[in-house]
Amino acid sequence: MTTRLDTSFAALSDATRRGVLEQLGRADASITDLAEKFHMTLTGMKKHVGVLEQAGLVTTKKIGRVRKCQLGPRRFEEETAWLERYRQRWDERFDELDRVVEELTRKDEER
Amino acid sequence: MTARIESEPGPMKNRTTVERKSDREVVVTRTINGPARIVFEAFTKAELLKRWWVPKSMGMTLLSCEVEPRVGGKYRLVFDHGGPEPAAFFGTYVEVKPYSRLAWTNEEGGEGGPVTTVTFEEKGGKTLVVLHESYPSKEALDAAGTGAADAMVETFDQLDELLVALGESSGQ
Repeated sequence: MTTRLDTSFAALSDATRRGVLEQLGRADASITDLAEKFHMTLTGMKKHVGVLEQAGLVTTKKIGRVRKCQLGPRRFEEETAWLERYRQRWDERFDELDRVVEELTRKDEER
Repeated sequence: MTARIESEPGPMKNRTTVERKSDREVVVTRTINGPARIVFEAFTKAELLKRWWVPKSMGMTLLSCEVEPRVGGKYRLVFDHGGPEPAAFFGTYVEVKPYSRLAWTNEEGGEGGPVTTVTFEEKGGKTLVVLHESYPSKEALDAAGTGAADAMVETFDQLDELLVALGESSGQ
């Protein structure tokens, strides 16, 4: 779980790779298609797809001489769930803090 | 840079954002409705800290809370979380600048604990709180977000929502 999250975060930290995921969310594409779309060399795109593949976000298979890419079994959800849990914890805490601070601020002004 | 999450602001409620800045750092921001002096006091006075650090929905009761907010000073919070032994959270203050900056270590987990840095920035009577948690390794950070304690939080969140809903429907 931990290493999977790490590779996913690393994979998602790049704008091109996020773009590739968005693109593949609409339709499967070959590495050549993606390289053209993102104005990159084939080698550059292969590297990006490799990172996404390692993170399980993309799968590729060779059909004839073309390597087709599609979204992998894992999506953004797992990563966002992690952040959301973290956020909720702090959000609740800060809601309570807000209550305490508002009360003290009122008292302060009355003085 | 990476994934970022924001809450929907409710009426009069400010937004809490969380951003994973790198493999081992998370930054939480929130504007609190009050001056920096009071927000800082709420962080550094035990009797105030007690009132907000452990929201009811966490399902834990604070048994004791001791803070010594000076560089090198210690803090120690002891909770009853329903287990056989109470849980203690403790560490040392490494930076204390009244009304603007606080930093402390989290030593209950041994070496793997994060350093927490909080800055307070007042603007128009409100205070922007930026809380930065820096873990020694990415493994430590991942563990912090996926532990059993979080599952508890979610469970109690749901209970809380239920109670609010019940309270509203009973004509409060």
